[in-house]
Amino acid sequence: MNAVADVMQKASIIMDDLSSKPAVRRLFYAGAVLFLTAFILLPPILGISLKLDLVSQVLDNEALMARAKEAIFWSFSIALTIALLDLVAGLPMAWYIARSGSQLVSVIDALIDIPFIIPTVALGFSTLLFWTSPSSPISVLGVPKLSPGLALILLLHFAFSFPVIVRVMVGELLSYKSVYETAARTLGAKPFTVARTVTLPILRPALIAAFLLAFARSLSETGATIIVAGAFENGPVFIKNAKDAGLEGPMVLVSFTLILASITVFALIRILGTRLKIPINMVYPRPEAILSSARSARTRDIVMFVVFFLFVFIPSVYITFPALGALSDGTLGRAIAGEGVWSEYWQAMSLSYVIGFTATLINVAAGLPIAILIARKRLGKTLTTLLDAAVNVPIVVPSVALGVSLGYFWRSFSFLPEFWIIVFAHTAITYTYFVQAMAAAIEGIPEEMEETARTLGSKPLNVFRRIIMPLAKYSMFSGAILTFTRSVDETGATTAVSNQLKTAPVLLVSWVKHTVPATTSDIALGISFLILTSFVSLLALRLLVYRRR
Amino acid sequence: MPEVRIIDVSKSYGKITALSDISLEVHDGEYVCIVGPSGCGKTTLIKSIAGIVQPDRGEILIDGKSVSHLPIEDRGTGYVFQEIALFPHMNVYDNVSYGLMVRGESPEERKGTVTEMLDMLSIKENSRFYPAELSGGAMQKTAIARALASGSTLLLLDEPLGALDVKVRTVIRHELKRLVKELGLTAIHVTHDQEEAISIADRIVIMKAGRIVEVGPSDELYLNPSRIFTAKFLGEANFFVGIVEKHVGKTLNVKMGDTTLSVRKREKIDLEPNDTCVLAIRPEFVKMVHRDEGNRLNALKGKIVEASFLGDLMNYIVEALNGLRVQVKVQISEEEPDIRVGDDVTIVLPEEHLLIYRHPSEGLEKELALE
Amino acid sequence: MLRVLSLSKRFGAVRAVDDATFEVRDGEYLCILGSTGSGKTTLLRLIAGILRPDEGETYIDETLMNETPPEDRNVVYVPQTYALFPHMTVLENVMFGPVARRVPQKKAKEKAMSVLQLVRLDHRTDALPSELSGGMQQRVALARGLASGAKLLLLDEPLGALDARLRIELRGDLKRIAKDSGLTVIHVTHDQEEAMSIADRILILRKGRVQQHGTPFHVYRRPENLFVANFVGRTNFLEGIVDSRDREKTTVRLRQNMYIDVADTSHEREEYIIVAVREESTHLTRDDPGEGMNALDGEIIQLHFLGYSTRFEVKLKNGDRVSSLVSTDDPIGRVKMGDRVRVSFNPRNTLVYDYPTLGLRHELEVY
Repeated sequence: MNAVADVMQKASIIMDDLSSKPAVRRLFYAGAVLFLTAFILLPPILGISLKLDLVSQVLDNEALMARAKEAIFWSFSIALTIALLDLVAGLPMAWYIARSGSQLVSVIDALIDIPFIIPTVALGFSTLLFWTSPSSPISVLGVPKLSPGLALILLLHFAFSFPVIVRVMVGELLSYKSVYETAARTLGAKPFTVARTVTLPILRPALIAAFLLAFARSLSETGATIIVAGAFENGPVFIKNAKDAGLEGPMVLVSFTLILASITVFALIRILGTRLKIPINMVYPRPEAILSSARSARTRDIVMFVVFFLFVFIPSVYITFPALGALSDGTLGRAIAGEGVWSEYWQAMSLSYVIGFTATLINVAAGLPIAILIARKRLGKTLTTLLDAAVNVPIVVPSVALGVSLGYFWRSFSFLPEFWIIVFAHTAITYTYFVQAMAAAIEGIPEEMEETARTLGSKPLNVFRRIIMPLAKYSMFSGAILTFTRSVDETGATTAVSNQLKTAPVLLVSWVKHTVPATTSDIALGISFLILTSFVSLLALRLLVYRRR
Repeated sequence: MPEVRIIDVSKSYGKITALSDISLEVHDGEYVCIVGPSGCGKTTLIKSIAGIVQPDRGEILIDGKSVSHLPIEDRGTGYVFQEIALFPHMNVYDNVSYGLMVRGESPEERKGTVTEMLDMLSIKENSRFYPAELSGGAMQKTAIARALASGSTLLLLDEPLGALDVKVRTVIRHELKRLVKELGLTAIHVTHDQEEAISIADRIVIMKAGRIVEVGPSDELYLNPSRIFTAKFLGEANFFVGIVEKHVGKTLNVKMGDTTLSVRKREKIDLEPNDTCVLAIRPEFVKMVHRDEGNRLNALKGKIVEASFLGDLMNYIVEALNGLRVQVKVQISEEEPDIRVGDDVTIVLPEEHLLIYRHPSEGLEKELALE
Repeated sequence: MLRVLSLSKRFGAVRAVDDATFEVRDGEYLCILGSTGSGKTTLLRLIAGILRPDEGETYIDETLMNETPPEDRNVVYVPQTYALFPHMTVLENVMFGPVARRVPQKKAKEKAMSVLQLVRLDHRTDALPSELSGGMQQRVALARGLASGAKLLLLDEPLGALDARLRIELRGDLKRIAKDSGLTVIHVTHDQEEAMSIADRILILRKGRVQQHGTPFHVYRRPENLFVANFVGRTNFLEGIVDSRDREKTTVRLRQNMYIDVADTSHEREEYIIVAVREESTHLTRDDPGEGMNALDGEIIQLHFLGYSTRFEVKLKNGDRVSSLVSTDDPIGRVKMGDRVRVSFNPRNTLVYDYPTLGLRHELEVY
């Protein structure tokens, strides 16, 4: 045992000394950038370019072209509407959580996360049941029944983008210095006026970021949308249908368009967003005083809670009812025994887990150096901004389109087994989560601390081990958990990429679509097991956060 | 303009008492400085006046009217924050006109007052700049202009010069006082820098651990402090412990080891023989005299153990033969200082500058503690 | 110990450090004095090796250090925020340096404990930085630097985060600990009183350039330029033209034909000059000040009580303004606003400078 410790000691001394040499450090970072380019950035771009010739198949077919165009149009329209609606609905909620100081805050805070953490497959099915099933309370109350289609897609997307907006804004509101608001009040401004003329303008970059995230999520979501879409087609649904029908041309066309369009829209919003000026020059003392009054605040709070529960929370968790039913009607027994449809289930689950772990490990190793480069701006201002933008590409582009492109790219290496193709696809898609989390954590550690440590005689690698790692370890775990959960949850790209292997979400979608004969109980239970994993992750995340405080 | 009355105000945060039965009157048009070490409660006090903090008990009256139930925006107090807090998304002009805009005045109506304010503080050429582009001094002035332009007649300033370099501070603080007086405002200025308070306050309020220690005009508090902490906090002072020997007319004889000093009696400080007392004397009042004058009243023989050149003064530490360490400041202007470390000297503690106090019950060290 | 040669560093268009050359002797306590933005922090970071200079060389013990990384320079940098490692106890913080230099655990702990005794914190070894007061945190930062075995300590505004009163109390401690440990220290500050009271030598920096480098006495009595004359101490400045000159003194004509004598004889007739007199050398008097002394009549327009002295602002008959520092004891201090007084000063206590090309105000700007 001592010999091992000795060797490790010697090895760490050698590595420490190496880290002192600038040339060695440059090599290390270059390697990470190479990985980023070769595994994350190039595959999506190259993959689809390889197959662009297939597009000609579609260009002549008028009916197909019309369908494709409509699908793309609807994807963007829905995303825009949802982002706006969620912003309007989410802001008051974020304000409430960050500022009200009420006892309920910790409860609401936990509930907000649920639509975010539940696998989208579960969300889709739960939403479907809540709004369309004959036994759901909506139908019982006599509200006209909805059927799968546009309305349902809107309701679904509203629900799962809501937590995104709230989380981003709560984070901003908490870290934002409230002294600006106090200063405005000492100058005589009523609370509503303060919010409009001081707080919101200052928070604008955060608002834009939240808007973009909600937009991206809506644009990208595949699994749940497929479940509730019915005959309606947006981009991702169209791609899946095209794939099922074996029509490669339309699949490539729409994927390519989505990739190009989403990158352009994002760039545009980022550039324009910083130039938009909110008019704050006139103030209306009387109406704003009324809006600031206590009664007005209470009405606002009530509306906000009703919206949250009715449109976000309950539809998301409605699945618990059939799931509970499944526990008593014998489905549980069949599940454990692996009978019928369940024969494939446990295999799919383990596959999801293994892929999740592998993708996470790769991302942690390859993403850490990039996170350091971004956080410490080692490459200078312009290159760092470029790097940051590049790292964001995978979440900007709809995952199904990404999947199509990645599938083509990796398949050109014919020796690669499908398992690894799926792993590489997941790695690319979840890369951003880990890098962002780590970059934020490292940015939170003053660079002065590292510099001082070095002047005390510590080599760079030792500084990393003894200063950065201990202080950033919670963020590292959080980033890893997010990455893992996202991978297990991944539906869109996996659908595009996999032919033989089935991950749990993909399998469940086929159950819902009745391509495999599964009962409602089967689906509810199957989804519940998947939810369980996510909940365990959420719990772990919360524990880490609380321990830190 | 207004006068402020604070009556028995207290505030606690859990187990920590920030303010303990504070009562204070600030007169119309007065410039009051509140000084004290970190954590003494001075910021909590002005935040209570502004309404940013709600006291647990007590009343605050502005111009005779209670403001305890009024929200911040209705109290009419201009506040300058320690962290300056200029709105980062507005330029200097918009920052300064914010108070008027909020009252509903149109851009044309605002222009006159705002331009006047910018002129008075000599920051007119910065009108179009954003806070991020300004120097510390310019930001400070803008924050002051913003508070003044809102039309408030009561100005509350929380370490308004704290972000500035020492040299810059000494210049701006006089400008600030001049402006406040010119506009006829009442000002309450919080600072941890006692030199700043001494040089600009009409009256100084000394606080420690949530309580008011002493209040008075700067020269009175400096030359004739009633409390030991005031003597320590305002300027520098030597402190010695002694025992009262006897009364001699208007003076007391105090014994310290084998030395006896003659000290003038002070009002309200009644001491009897055998009482332990504390003597204080400021370093600049200790005289260095010729060796032959060793027989003068309150003369001590000693040796220089430390000497440092402070520009207009020499700062010496003298170790007297009876073991006392005395700090002495001597003004020098023309001559080269010819007293060196190791020299034998005689110092005199003039009885008119020796301040006597009762020995504090919790001990001298605790009374003098700053942190 | 340290030799800096023509060191320069630019950030975009701004010259943070501009052609700085100076040396620091073994065991010396040097204070670098300058305002915010004068380049003092950049200079420290260059010496520590955290930043690379654009031009110039740094020598430590006569060895060129330009290519040496910070961990090999044996120079410790303590930033204004102290940068204590928040997740380590006081003891672990102080042991960090020796452990990183691969000193065996036991010896590292001994060294750390002895240093902690020196700064009187050996009873708080298990505390986390967040549990300590500002003054204590500062001492831990100091101890950490001492324990690392470095010979040169760079302190960036070490007392800046503390209350005014605490600063005065603790600065003596800093100097004493440094001297007892035989260290060389470069202590950066914007407080000239602080620098004057503890430095062996002072280096004054303005906009990245060295203005003067000498003992406190030297810098105070013989400021090399107007900036230094204004930045250190309180000074009066009078604009004038050289009228006549003999071997011992020069006569200067001020505004409206008021005349004064100065001891300087290096300026020619008709030259525009600035005469500088310290406020404590500018006396107020009612009578005739005596043979050879300058005497100007005026009126008291302002007075500020400063504690150990009062500052009187006098408007002279010719419109110039001067200030006089009068000790609280001095009977002349009883004059009031509006009183007529005579201002007097010794020609030997004056300094003469060329009239600045960019104007007096620009030259006196403290930032």
